[in-house]
Amino acid sequence: MGNASTSDGFVAFDRVQKSYDGETLVVKDLNLSIAKGEFMTMLGPSGSGKTTCLMMLAGFETATSGEISLDGRPINSVPPHKRGIGMVFQNYALFPHMTVGENLSFPLEVRGMGKSEREKKVKRALDMVQMGKFAGRRPAQLSGGQQQRIALARSLVFEPDLVLMDEPLGALDKNLRERMQYEIKHIHNNLGVTVVYVTHDQTEALTMSDNVAVFDDGIIQQLAPPDVLYEKPDNAFVAAFIGENNTLRGKVDGVNGTTCTVRLDDGSEVKALKVNVAGDGVRTTLSLRPERVVLGEEAASMPNRFEAEVLELIYLGDHIRVRMNVCGDDEFIVKVPNNKGGRDMKVGQKAPVGWAIEDCRALDPS
Amino acid sequence: MAQADATLMDTGGPAAKRGGTEKLVTADGVPLKRALERAQRRRKLVALGLVGPLLLFILTVFVFPIAQMMWLSVSNPQVVNALPRTLEALQDWDGRDLPPEPVYAALHADMVEDLERERRDRLTGPLGIRLNYEISAARSAISRTARQVDSFEAPFKDAFMDAHRLWGQPELWRVIKREGRPLTTSYYVAALDREFDEFGNIVQRDENRRIYVSLFGRTLMLSVIITAMTFLLGFPIAYYMSILPMRHANLLMICVLLPFWTSLLVRTSAWIVLLQQQGVINSGLVGLGIIDDANRISMIYNMTGTIIAMTHILLPFMVLPLYSVMRTIPPSYMRAAKSLGATPSTAFRRVYFPQTLPGIGAGGVLVFIISIGYYITPALVGGQSGRMISNEIARHIQQSLNWGLAAALGTMLLVGVLALYWLYNRLVGADSLKLG
Ligand SMILES: Nc1ncnc2c1ncn2[C@@H]1O[C@H](COP(=O)(O)OP(=O)(O)OP(=O)(O)O)[C@@H](O)[C@H]1O
Ligand SMILES: [Mg+2]
Repeated sequence: MGNASTSDGFVAFDRVQKSYDGETLVVKDLNLSIAKGEFMTMLGPSGSGKTTCLMMLAGFETATSGEISLDGRPINSVPPHKRGIGMVFQNYALFPHMTVGENLSFPLEVRGMGKSEREKKVKRALDMVQMGKFAGRRPAQLSGGQQQRIALARSLVFEPDLVLMDEPLGALDKNLRERMQYEIKHIHNNLGVTVVYVTHDQTEALTMSDNVAVFDDGIIQQLAPPDVLYEKPDNAFVAAFIGENNTLRGKVDGVNGTTCTVRLDDGSEVKALKVNVAGDGVRTTLSLRPERVVLGEEAASMPNRFEAEVLELIYLGDHIRVRMNVCGDDEFIVKVPNNKGGRDMKVGQKAPVGWAIEDCRALDPS
Repeated sequence: MAQADATLMDTGGPAAKRGGTEKLVTADGVPLKRALERAQRRRKLVALGLVGPLLLFILTVFVFPIAQMMWLSVSNPQVVNALPRTLEALQDWDGRDLPPEPVYAALHADMVEDLERERRDRLTGPLGIRLNYEISAARSAISRTARQVDSFEAPFKDAFMDAHRLWGQPELWRVIKREGRPLTTSYYVAALDREFDEFGNIVQRDENRRIYVSLFGRTLMLSVIITAMTFLLGFPIAYYMSILPMRHANLLMICVLLPFWTSLLVRTSAWIVLLQQQGVINSGLVGLGIIDDANRISMIYNMTGTIIAMTHILLPFMVLPLYSVMRTIPPSYMRAAKSLGATPSTAFRRVYFPQTLPGIGAGGVLVFIISIGYYITPALVGGQSGRMISNEIARHIQQSLNWGLAAALGTMLLVGVLALYWLYNRLVGADSLKLG
């Protein structure tokens, strides 16, 4: 799987902007490069411009400025039907007046393919999503998950190099969604097709993608593989958006190479990794994953140590979420494994907490 | 136990908990069955109360008159009532030459039976009118004879033939014998441009007396043309409205609905002002020098007038169902088709258009059925060549007073429409209709 940092990717957005009303930019200065065969996910809150980007790529919206290129060719002025990009819509958009077989055969027909070849390909595509027996049904006679499979098969049957999916699993229940995630990933691996996937479900993004572009406010906040995104968020938005996150706010008070000292608003001092701070004296947000905080005696060996009070215990089966007051923050979460030590915790109890410098990232103020 | 279970399932209720074989009663001791019946009786009464007024209304102003009309088209009491003895005497008549003297005697007996003038008129009047439908001058023959019949003396054959020459023609007697039954098909025969020849066979009328079949044909043709016109004009506008934002669409919708809100007569007068030979369009064309004064186009008081005016009037009936169907077609279908490689026109033809078929069907059926029975507009702007079958029906009801024939024509129209609807249902399926 390629890495998105190559400048001449298979799909490239070059300084793309988009405005619908001429007053506000929905997409601001988008630069994105997607390698061939990559599974790229656009993740972001509602209204952040993900669908807009996808529509520009598919050709249903025109970029207000900037250039989009596919396989080295600029496609700004190529109409959608000539782009040869497969697409899965959120509501599937299966043609209700055609059977499943006719739906799949449609893209082949409009390409002027012969009947026997069409039938072969339709069959192969249906078998790929384990729907071989349903060719004669109408979409209305299928369940949501089955429709989803057909939509997937239809977007792949004409063998496009690039497939776009706009929240394709949004309408499915949790179990089915997880199974489909696996199947889509499986198909992607088998076919080697490039996928651009839109979702606002971070778990989905993390489990499926080679690279995730986190969108907010029309800007890509960070583009990175899932593990990097989680472990090393570039800014406060990404840290808060991906996974659970403790934030502590304060001011930088001394920089030392790659680390810095931060004086929190309640006066306590924290040593953190200097990631996204301009220098001495600026405000910063510290980001710290709950599972990286250690509780009890082990905290003694940590460079950052504080006395904390247990405010709430939430039982989650395999682990216990402990809400604590740390450095004046009442929303500080620590995850404790469900073992003897964890079960013995009481609300109101005082306990030491601590964490390593590498686990605490000093980011932009938020 | 299985039986008890079944009972429980059937009735449920508080008694169910007790189970067993004892009689099921409600909490306050009323047998459950009766309680249920009582509860349901009330619900039925409420339903009847809600539906009743409309049902009664439809029965009195729709079902009953239509049944009455259908009855009129076959009902034939006049001859039977007025000439019972004559009909009996005619039974052995071979239908070739004039009937023998006893028949004339019976006719005399029938006509003088009621000495009282008024009562005689009440029978002979309808008789004359009825026979006149079949054979002209029969009415005057009957009325003149009725005036003189009291002074007739045997042999009656000569007396009758002296009173009116028709009594000496076998044709009249054949009509009397044929129509001497309480039910008749002769209105339908006439409505199909046919008549009985001297041997009682049904044959086509002379060319110049054929009216109705071609009029039916023209009505059908005009309705098809009008339906096609409303479709051609309505489809693009409905499509455009469906892709506009709601508030612009509503504005356009008002323009489309405007014909609904204007009186039919006002609109029709407007068409006359616009289309007549001295009207706005012709004068404009002459003024621009496109046509010269001698060749003004006749666009009204002919078929063109009917088509233009009715297309305008019926346009909303096409646009509304189309629009309501198109609104529900998500734009993602067209997008999906394009992303699959279809050109915009292919996407439209193969994906969008088929989904509008329920709307086209509904609009088409509505416009077609309304126009096939349309009356006022063809009457006002249709002239002679733009007349439709309902104008002929109206003429028979209001002017010629041949209600039997009007009823036969009306029934044929009704049956025709039902047959077309049945055909539509067979081909397309009426449950796919979307009326809004
Ligand atoms: N056709 C349009 N006309 C005007 N504004 C639009 C249009 N489509 C989207 N927008 C605006 O553009 C912004 C981005 O929309 P977009 O659909 O790209 O968001 P998204 O990231 O896909 O959100 P979601 O997760 O809810 O689907 C939103 O503020 C939206 O209101
Ligand atoms: Mg979206």
